[in-house]
Amino acid sequence: MLTHVTRLVMIGLVRLLIGANPRWVDAAPNLSQSIYFTNHTSHLDTWALWVALPAQIRAKTRPVAAKDYWSKGLIKRFIALKILNAVLIDREVSRHADPLAPLIEALDAGDSLIIFPEGTRKAQAEPSDFKGGLYHLAEAFPQVKLIPVYLDTLHRSMPKGSILPVPIICTVRFGAAVSLQQQERKKEFLARARSAVLRLI
Amino acid sequence: MLTELANTLERLDPSQKFYWLISAIALLLLIASTVGWMLKRRLLAKQNPSEKSQKVINNLISRVNAWWVMVVILVIAFLAGKLGTIVLFGFISYFALREFLTLTPTRSGDHRTLSLAFFLLIPLHYYLIYTDWYGLFSILIPVYAFLLMPCISALAQDTEYFLERAAKIQWGVMVAIYCISHAPALLLLPIANYAGQNTLLLFYFLLIVQLSDVLQYVFGILFGKTKVAPIVSPNKTLEGLIGGGLSAVLVGAGLWWITPFTPLQSAGMAAIIVVMGFLGGLVMSAVKRSLGAKDWGSIIEGHGGMLDRMDSVSFSAPIFFHLVRYFFTP
Repeated sequence: MLTHVTRLVMIGLVRLLIGANPRWVDAAPNLSQSIYFTNHTSHLDTWALWVALPAQIRAKTRPVAAKDYWSKGLIKRFIALKILNAVLIDREVSRHADPLAPLIEALDAGDSLIIFPEGTRKAQAEPSDFKGGLYHLAEAFPQVKLIPVYLDTLHRSMPKGSILPVPIICTVRFGAAVSLQQQERKKEFLARARSAVLRLI
Repeated sequence: MLTELANTLERLDPSQKFYWLISAIALLLLIASTVGWMLKRRLLAKQNPSEKSQKVINNLISRVNAWWVMVVILVIAFLAGKLGTIVLFGFISYFALREFLTLTPTRSGDHRTLSLAFFLLIPLHYYLIYTDWYGLFSILIPVYAFLLMPCISALAQDTEYFLERAAKIQWGVMVAIYCISHAPALLLLPIANYAGQNTLLLFYFLLIVQLSDVLQYVFGILFGKTKVAPIVSPNKTLEGLIGGGLSAVLVGAGLWWITPFTPLQSAGMAAIIVVMGFLGGLVMSAVKRSLGAKDWGSIIEGHGGMLDRMDSVSFSAPIFFHLVRYFFTP
């Protein structure tokens, strides 16, 4: 009950603040298992994408978030685990554990994911180079759709280091799915995935 | 007979007048919805309906539907009293400013200025209307905000396009907050022999502005030939302006009984509202085009953004407010 109400309130607040209007460019909302990958410029990114998804898809889509940030404090934990149903990952790369393990587990369970292949937030309109995670997931899960998403105004709404946001309407643009070609090299694939996001600008 | 009717209307108490007005508007919308529905049916019965007329009729229907929603929200706010009305307009300003800034390029140096404009300036400005503090209401934005906002931006030490940025932010704040707020500010005017009825005056104002817009659009579609400003606003025609404007003035004259005006004064006020509303639409359209957009947003289905609906209000409200204040308050 509390989770449900809080979730509705959060969706309302996000819409009030940044609109988060979806626009499906050369694509239509699809219920099949997907990985949504997008540019990362602010703390609002996860919220914008999550709210822009149709409710049915949102219910089975889990954002990937940093464990060191989201597991601090009761409220943050509640929001990450109960409201967003996030998959928390270690940003510190350790030698013993595969950092992608929680993602693989979620994909095995049939969930869809929201990921930020750049790794950290960048204060610019264009995404910087993608890290390798997306490639490894594409390789391990060929049946999962890889959907590029572009978030257009969030670097203006809440740039790194700001405390208060500025309400600016964000249009969440979803593009056509990208898939890993046979024998495509990691670097080529990542560049192609990034250009699929850039094409939505 | 006519004078008898006039006397009866004038003698109604304010809440009766209010309900008469709402009933009349609901009737108008009912007619509009029926017409839209009939047009759609006639079009579907045709062999191969043209795409253009399909588009016009679908747009007409979604516009009318949006009007139903807007009227319901407005009536709820009015019934909730002064606070409800002020909160509603506070949100209208918020959405209008959000649309304006979405299309306006700003830099990260403006971040703090903009946050404060939304979360401090809007509540403070509307609070002043709530407490009837006319003096500070009239200068808070033109004096304090216009001087302090560029100060905050300058402290961020970003000189790139500084003047352009400051000017655009001032324009946004002026139109979206200051100008629009003059509509609910009608509630703070101590109009002679009109105590407790200011909501009716606000209703009158909004009705004339919006009716003038709607009638200009309808007359434009039916008889429009001569474009007034094809580059700035291709939908505005001379026939629409004259036909729609004159009808709105007639309605204004016929509604004198809800205002502090005589029928002739009411016609004159309506004429000023129509002209300023028309010019507001024109100017805001030019601003929008200079920012490279066709609509301000998409918050109101069929109409576009909040500013597409409020452009005429923003230019006519301050003038109407000050005319009423100058001629009708002690």
